Amino acid sequence: MAESTQTFLVRAQPRILRRLGRESNTGDLIFRVLSGGFAVLVVVVVLAMGFQMAIGAKLSLAKFGLGFVVSSDWDPVRDTFGALPFMYGTVVSSLLALALAVPVSFGVAIYLTELCPVKLRAALAFVVELLAAVPSVVYGLWGIFALSPLLREHVEPALASTLGFLPFFRGPHQGYGMLAGGIILAIMILPTIASVSREVLRAVPDTFREGGLALGATRWEMLRDVVLPYARSGLLGAVILGLGRALGETMAVTMVIGNRAEISASLFAPSYTMASVIANEFTEATGDVYLAALAEIGLLLFAVTLLLNIVARLLVWRVAKPAGAR
Amino acid sequence: MKAEPGYSRRRLTDALFRGACAAAVAVALVPLASVLYYTTSRGLGGVDLSFFTELPKPVGEKGGGMANAIEGTLTIVGMSALLGIPMGVLAGVFLAEFPGSRFATVVRFSADVMSGIPSITVGIFAYSLVVLPMGRFSAIAGSVALAVIMLPTVTRTTEELLRLVPGTLREAALGLGVAKWRATVSIVLRTAAPGIATGVMLAVARVAGETAPLLFTAFNNRFWGQGVDQPIASLPVQIYTYAVSPFEDWHRQAWAAALVLVTLVLLLNVTAKLLVRSKVAAR
Repeated sequence: MAESTQTFLVRAQPRILRRLGRESNTGDLIFRVLSGGFAVLVVVVVLAMGFQMAIGAKLSLAKFGLGFVVSSDWDPVRDTFGALPFMYGTVVSSLLALALAVPVSFGVAIYLTELCPVKLRAALAFVVELLAAVPSVVYGLWGIFALSPLLREHVEPALASTLGFLPFFRGPHQGYGMLAGGIILAIMILPTIASVSREVLRAVPDTFREGGLALGATRWEMLRDVVLPYARSGLLGAVILGLGRALGETMAVTMVIGNRAEISASLFAPSYTMASVIANEFTEATGDVYLAALAEIGLLLFAVTLLLNIVARLLVWRVAKPAGAR
Repeated sequence: MKAEPGYSRRRLTDALFRGACAAAVAVALVPLASVLYYTTSRGLGGVDLSFFTELPKPVGEKGGGMANAIEGTLTIVGMSALLGIPMGVLAGVFLAEFPGSRFATVVRFSADVMSGIPSITVGIFAYSLVVLPMGRFSAIAGSVALAVIMLPTVTRTTEELLRLVPGTLREAALGLGVAKWRATVSIVLRTAAPGIATGVMLAVARVAGETAPLLFTAFNNRFWGQGVDQPIASLPVQIYTYAVSPFEDWHRQAWAAALVLVTLVLLLNVTAKLLVRSKVAAR
């Protein structure tokens, strides 16, 4: 009696399965190793970056030690280097940027998640994100020819005449300096803070909002008493991410901050940032110590931004977990 | 029904709050509008045929174009895409396929952290990795720097889009007896391909405007590219050089180049947005 197809299949099944299994195991293994290898690469690149920069900075680390971060003596001719003015410029311009950008970014994020008509929402969010798409060097160009004249002729005189009794608003009006740098940075980190905050606010369950509103709260009360407490750590993360971006931002700041290694209380005075000094002097650095000093500034910048990003991501993940980590 | 005492004050606070948020959006859009206005009004006059076809003139001579910088940007960005996209997509596939493990969490975290590392330090990294051993600035070094910058974006975009593919599709494939890797490559990856392509396009658009990491990797060149192991010009670096120069004519060309760059970036962004929207609507 001829074997029916069915019984043939039943008899052959173990063989087919075994063959399929073997084939898929090899294929799956290769696939897993290949994709896993590139995943490893992501981690390796981060580690290698720190390692390479530490090696590059070795000479400077050995020669100046801790003195590097407290000295403001930057003299390539005598081969002595201290990074204090650059650190000051970076920190102050970034804090100024945060002070300007955080309220606006939060306002944007809140408007987009809580208040905006649904039809407008996607389009507005897209336009705000376009701010991040404009290249840094274009902001710099705009800073030189549009922002800086505006500051010199209108904003700085106005600030000086109203708030001139404060030490922050004194000195000649040049348009280039800390104020210009801070404003440019604020514009550039705004989309970062806004979009991460939006993500965080969206992760707050709608039932919370409905509960708040059902209790008779106004939108503002609901936001203050329900949404913000829930989202607090994530919003802090968004701010820290913005700070990290501001610390490392290079071109636009370099083009408007004046590039003078001085520490001055006035926001009108020119300043210099860590990223800017690397951008300006790296290719001209003659001498190993000079190059190592610039690499050490890079290393400092890398270490600080890495740390800030780690903290920020942990904070954001606490509220809005990425899909895979749920 | 009588309103409780203090209700009007609460309503006023709420109105002020709503107003402040709407005002924040307006404030945020002013710089964008201004940047677009300036690049268009100042750049339009400089965009002509010679801009796209001629080499830069020596200092002081009027005219000339940025043909070599356009060629250079295309070369550097093209090579960095060849390097960065396959690496990023595969790493993203790994994250989407084996999501639960601790290792995947470490990778995901590294990618997120990496995207926040300043591009100038990536430049130093590429300098010590490529420029020092080769002994000169080169297009390759610039591409490596840009590839490193796009890597985390491509990885996370790929992962997120692969996750959007319904699990039933994969189950159907596996149910037919297909090996897991075939199911991933032929079914899941293929379904997500248009979305991934869009995300990757945005990552590429973003690195095309990067300047800082190119300053000491690709450097600059006043002539046509002379091979990938030589210094090469690029649009962003050229904009920077011209912008900080004291010459009127160079400023005009910097604006023209900025207009070209911004138009390119905006077009890519808008296209990507429209593509994604039409896909979502089709679902």
